[in-house]
Amino acid sequence: MEWETVIGLEIHTQLRTKSKIFSGASTAYGAEPNTQACAVDLGLPGVLPVLNKEAVHMAVKFGVAVNAEITPRSIFARKNYFYPDLPKGYQISQFELPIVGKGELEITLADGSVKTIGITRAHLEEDAGKSLHEDFQGMTGIDLNRAGTPLLEIVSEPDMRSAEEAVAYMKKLHSLVQYIGICDGNMQEGSFRCDANVSVRPKGQKEFGTRAELKNINSFRFVERAINFEVERQIDVIESGGQVVQETRLYDADKDETRSMRSKEESHDYRYFPDPDLLPVEVTADDIERVRGELPELPDQKRDRFMADYELNMEEANILTSSRETGDYFETVIKASNSKPKICANWVMGELSGALNKSDMSISESPVSAEMLGGLIQRINDNTISGKIAKQVFEAMWNGEGDADAVIENKGLKQVTDTGAIEKIIDEILAANTAQVEQYRAGKEKMLGFFVGQVMKQSQGKANPAIVNNLLKEKLSS
Amino acid sequence: MALDRTDVEKIAHLARLATEESELPGYADDLSNILKLVEQMDAADTANVEPMAHPLDMAQRLREDEVTEENQREHFQNIAPQVESGLYLVPKVIE
Repeated sequence: MEWETVIGLEIHTQLRTKSKIFSGASTAYGAEPNTQACAVDLGLPGVLPVLNKEAVHMAVKFGVAVNAEITPRSIFARKNYFYPDLPKGYQISQFELPIVGKGELEITLADGSVKTIGITRAHLEEDAGKSLHEDFQGMTGIDLNRAGTPLLEIVSEPDMRSAEEAVAYMKKLHSLVQYIGICDGNMQEGSFRCDANVSVRPKGQKEFGTRAELKNINSFRFVERAINFEVERQIDVIESGGQVVQETRLYDADKDETRSMRSKEESHDYRYFPDPDLLPVEVTADDIERVRGELPELPDQKRDRFMADYELNMEEANILTSSRETGDYFETVIKASNSKPKICANWVMGELSGALNKSDMSISESPVSAEMLGGLIQRINDNTISGKIAKQVFEAMWNGEGDADAVIENKGLKQVTDTGAIEKIIDEILAANTAQVEQYRAGKEKMLGFFVGQVMKQSQGKANPAIVNNLLKEKLSS
Repeated sequence: MALDRTDVEKIAHLARLATEESELPGYADDLSNILKLVEQMDAADTANVEPMAHPLDMAQRLREDEVTEENQREHFQNIAPQVESGLYLVPKVIE
């Protein structure tokens, strides 16, 4: 039987406010345990939450960026459960009337096709603390620094039909929240976390199958692997006559499998009710318009502009706008090199991104700045060096040997355009390869490539290829 | 809607409240009475009434995003039953 996969994602983005959502404690990452957990975060008796203006502002910013309805009066609710990293015994979240309602996000797939994924809602809530299960002789250690950190939970519609689509959606969202400056996107530090609801159904069936919720999948690679594993598992269960159970499953990256979390069934009985400590949050039409005016150029707009202004195709434009930093880098290279955007694009997507990948660096950490790369491209453009030599220069710049001009100077890489010098090399080569010269003159024109190669080798790549070509043809036909 | 014993047991468990076997029928009656009151209110025609999320007809005041709290870990951990390396220790929890 042919199966169809149905996926919806819930993504928790940590908002990059300075202070917590309901208290004045710092949200800075990596502090000593419990040094950023105040009375409100600890849930001590008699404290009251006071909502952070910036958290509301950032949520509205997101809503506007995905064309969502913003709820004029949204409500905070208590989600009740007991766990030691949640000292109050409830998490302040939103249930009915979340701040951001229905919106949408466009994703582009590998084959270039575009698909719109619905966003069901996005709501504000507080994060819990961290439990450390090791090293405490049968006890669990609790660090409440993270407790009360503002989160925006973004819930998608079950619109994705493959792991590839899920990853594309997640990447798009990851890029968007960083573009609009509401989240630092740091997945290692847990600033961007993903749960996936996965089910399968026979192709053509309208009703959804029973879904499993996958937790703990915090990299793009793991999302893909976890979903693929889970889809196979569910199909196996059904095809061998069993039934998928609705449950929460944990992805284990080491074993590359998902396994059931032994949660008691009532653990999902959260008994939500409106939090009496908090009044409805008002967002006016004026507020929304003001936020709209503050939004930077969004990824899709930038992509369309790149395609129109720089004559890039969709794929190139998508890569170059994958982050705000990449887009800025690329545009700086164009300006600095005063060269065709296409050449700049090739360098950014080729040498630069290859080197970044190899060293596992982000573009903002690149040892070769956009100005330096621009300077290099300018030297190709004005024929100081050939494209091939430029790769050597790039490598030297990457290793900290200075900018393009310094490297070219120090290594003596300047292209030889002196026809006399080139002619001399050509004469030597022709004299040393009389058999090949005969073949060429007998009509085997492919031999030209051989001569060009020899000359370039002899000149250590520095001879201007166009001049070499012309001189060779001239000499061979004389 | 009337609650029975098992309902009361479940609610007590969710709220982590210890209940005596002998108290259950009494709780079931009391809670059922509260629900009856709600049913009574349900009968009122509220078609033209705008629902409220809070008895105060006001909007939430917001705080500026500033760090105003200092580290008072020592102070807070004085009253904790057990701490180690800055962490609060609790009986082992395993998911």
